[in-house]
Amino acid sequence: MQIKTIFAGFGGQGVLMMGYSFAQAAMFEGFHVTYLPSYGVEVRGGTANCTVAVSNEEIASPVASQPDYLVVMNNPSLMSFQTRIAPGGAFFLNSSIITGRPNRSDVDIWGVPTAEIASELGNPRVQNVVMMGAYVKMTRIVSAESYLKSLKSILGTKKKAAMEINRKAFEAGFNYIE
Amino acid sequence: MSDKILIAGNWAIGEAAIRAGCRFYAGYPITPQNELTEYMAENMRRAEGGTFIQAESEIAAVNMVLGASAAGARAMTSSSSPGISLKQEGISALAADELPAVIVNMMRGGPGLGNILPSQGDYFQATRGGGHGDYRTIVLAPASVQELADLTMDAFDLADKYRNPVMILGDGMTGQMMEPVVFGKPRPRRYNEKYVLKGAGEGKSKFIRALILDALRMEEHNWKLVRKYRVVEQNEVRFETYKTGNARLIIIAYGIAARIAKGAINRLRDSGMKVGLIRPITLWPFPAQIIRDTAERIDRFLVFEMSTGQMIDDVKLALEGKGHVSFYGRPGGVVPTPAELAKAIVQEYRR
Repeated sequence: MQIKTIFAGFGGQGVLMMGYSFAQAAMFEGFHVTYLPSYGVEVRGGTANCTVAVSNEEIASPVASQPDYLVVMNNPSLMSFQTRIAPGGAFFLNSSIITGRPNRSDVDIWGVPTAEIASELGNPRVQNVVMMGAYVKMTRIVSAESYLKSLKSILGTKKKAAMEINRKAFEAGFNYIE
Repeated sequence: MSDKILIAGNWAIGEAAIRAGCRFYAGYPITPQNELTEYMAENMRRAEGGTFIQAESEIAAVNMVLGASAAGARAMTSSSSPGISLKQEGISALAADELPAVIVNMMRGGPGLGNILPSQGDYFQATRGGGHGDYRTIVLAPASVQELADLTMDAFDLADKYRNPVMILGDGMTGQMMEPVVFGKPRPRRYNEKYVLKGAGEGKSKFIRALILDALRMEEHNWKLVRKYRVVEQNEVRFETYKTGNARLIIIAYGIAARIAKGAINRLRDSGMKVGLIRPITLWPFPAQIIRDTAERIDRFLVFEMSTGQMIDDVKLALEGKGHVSFYGRPGGVVPTPAELAKAIVQEYRR
């Protein structure tokens, strides 16, 4: 098994953190994993993305020719990546701001209104973790426990309040999607 | 499992260097290796007796490393392509002075300032000495973050063993990418302290110099270096073979390009095409013998580089006219996908 996911959105939406937290969770579960961030002449408000590969054997290339999953937080990223997704794969769309629909009929499409859900929780900054709740539930690559463990190690033990709101965001996304 | 951490390549080099006893780092910022300088700035102070200097230029940094090395420190500098060009004078001096040092080059697109994306255009510069004069630099080409960590530790040992500069030749992608790493246990440092300059003290004065005006003495020094290089060629060649057993076509690629090649090979193997890989881990000394031996039973080779074709020269030299060598390259910072490379391989395979 080898699964590649591209996480993409505006710089500032936390897409690199989404990929990193997921990659670390997969490492905790004993998978081989690579995390490749986009870097370059990035600007605030520009697009950012990262590719995470998870496999039970050595990963040849950290680059994804055909990602199995696309987690897309904004319209421009949907335009950039929608043709690359593998047939039978799945989109996770931030339906709060993505107005377009993917031009693909051979994939699953899951919409998550991350902004609305995060606002209900009282913190718009946790939209990315809301999305991760939906992603972790539907992809079943890592367990919710491993993901939360990864999140905890990123946030550190000092920030209890931050962990609490992120845990709530994760659960809200997890429970939203069926 | 708890000692396994998810870490970016540039950081892994820094951590491995400190664990290996590197106690002097001087560098000057350049993308895509800034995270290494950043890591050393933050972490060298953890190391007892550690010194971090952000130098005023790349040339200053490499010469500070030369000084630290002459004083007996395990010393390292790092940069990316244009910055490595600036360091060549110092690398040539390190080779001439027979001083150990580790130089990291996380290659980017070139020539000139080029861009900041992953590339492999510095192969000639790295393996042919790079600076002026008759010398060689040991060149290690890691293909994963784990290997970056392991080879960084090895680089310091090799530098001490041969009293020679060792280059770690990575690229923007291996530097930026994160993978799980378990840091190995560094071996105790073994080196002959006799050359180290310790300031005024007992005994005869000693000096390290590379200005040898007498022709015969200079020639003697040149041949002495060559004898050392022959020993390196004998002892230090490293490579990996991948699915070469029943292969009909062999890909030769190093570093991140070899990772992409493995991806392509796995795709092709799934559709029944017998393709394998030889991955040089040391670029100098180059694994010529394994390529020559492989040519006894397989006569088709495809060299894949993220350049316009440089290592292909070494492959041809190794083959001594045997076999058929083709080339696929993407220079300038383009990183092809395994699918794209697979297409190029299929064309060659079906020929």
